[in-house]
Amino acid sequence: MIKIIRNFAKRLFSGVFKKKGEIKLGFYGSPNAGKTSLANKICQDWLGEDLGSVSSMPHETREIQIKEKVVLEKDGRKVEFKLIDTPGIATKIDFEDFLKFGLKKKEAQTRAKEATQGIIESIKWLDDMDAVIVLIDSTVNPYSQVNITIIGNLVARKIPVLIVANKIDLKKSDIKKVRGAFPEYEVVGISAKSGDNMEEFYEELFKLVKKAK
Amino acid sequence: MVKKKKVVKKASRKSAKKKTSKSLKDNLAIHFMPYSEISKEDVIGRVKKIMGIILKNRIIILQGKLRPEEETKLIENSMTLIGNIPNFQGIEIAAINGENEFSLFDKVRRNIAKILIGEQDAITIIGPATIVKEITRDPKKIELMLQNR
Repeated sequence: MIKIIRNFAKRLFSGVFKKKGEIKLGFYGSPNAGKTSLANKICQDWLGEDLGSVSSMPHETREIQIKEKVVLEKDGRKVEFKLIDTPGIATKIDFEDFLKFGLKKKEAQTRAKEATQGIIESIKWLDDMDAVIVLIDSTVNPYSQVNITIIGNLVARKIPVLIVANKIDLKKSDIKKVRGAFPEYEVVGISAKSGDNMEEFYEELFKLVKKAK
Repeated sequence: MVKKKKVVKKASRKSAKKKTSKSLKDNLAIHFMPYSEISKEDVIGRVKKIMGIILKNRIIILQGKLRPEEETKLIENSMTLIGNIPNFQGIEIAAINGENEFSLFDKVRRNIAKILIGEQDAITIIGPATIVKEITRDPKKIELMLQNR
């Protein structure tokens, strides 16, 4: 009973004192979907600096990375974001996969251990988000259980979701398949690397903010 | 002395053969789990039950579907075990629903049933990553690929 009252008070006061316009925007998805690339693109467009390093090796982001006070202004609209880039969520990790990228056994084992901890952190942070962008690599099969699990959790927590199909600049990209896999959601196709279709993405981001407020 | 050595070699070969055939048998064990087996468990109980079977190197075919929060708990639990349990690399999981095109009345009926008895009109496959290489899922089918051993 005390716990319920405490939680209610916490929610009430955090709602009252929540800084107007500050939106905690999370980037979720499988490893190598392009979460950090998109977070970097947004930071570059509005701050002129990067948020984190990117790599073709999976699990490059193994800790939560935050960039505060990212202000987006468009057609008289202004929103302040706290960008939260999360480690990619996977159901399995084999350190031997990292050996293919030239890491030594011990380095690979350390990376694997850090990656497992990163996934646990990502899941824990789900509760703290105001809105989430789920990144999906449009060149691979979108019917992955990780994508379904992430979106299912966000829906259960009533957190607004925008699905972003990344890597549309690549030949293998199939945005129709992504839309077919998630027909109930808005899907916007972009290339975080080349900057394709970022205008439409920002438009959808403003729509997402409205749902989060 | 020489004879004794030969006997030891033969014995070790025999035990190696036994081990191989035993591990092959283990690798291909499938556990069919009716929803009733986990229906009365809470989130922790369900995850514990599933992980117990996975750690015995068995593939689970579950009648029904786990809730999203149960799936994340399962992933969290698997991540905790990687590195702490020898040769454990995590899990592969995929769920497939029944037919999705329903009338409004059917949808309401199914949602009520879902609240009352859980989502049983689905199949979930969960397997240890050391045995299950990949589970590919299309809207209407699941393909299970095993590791080459």
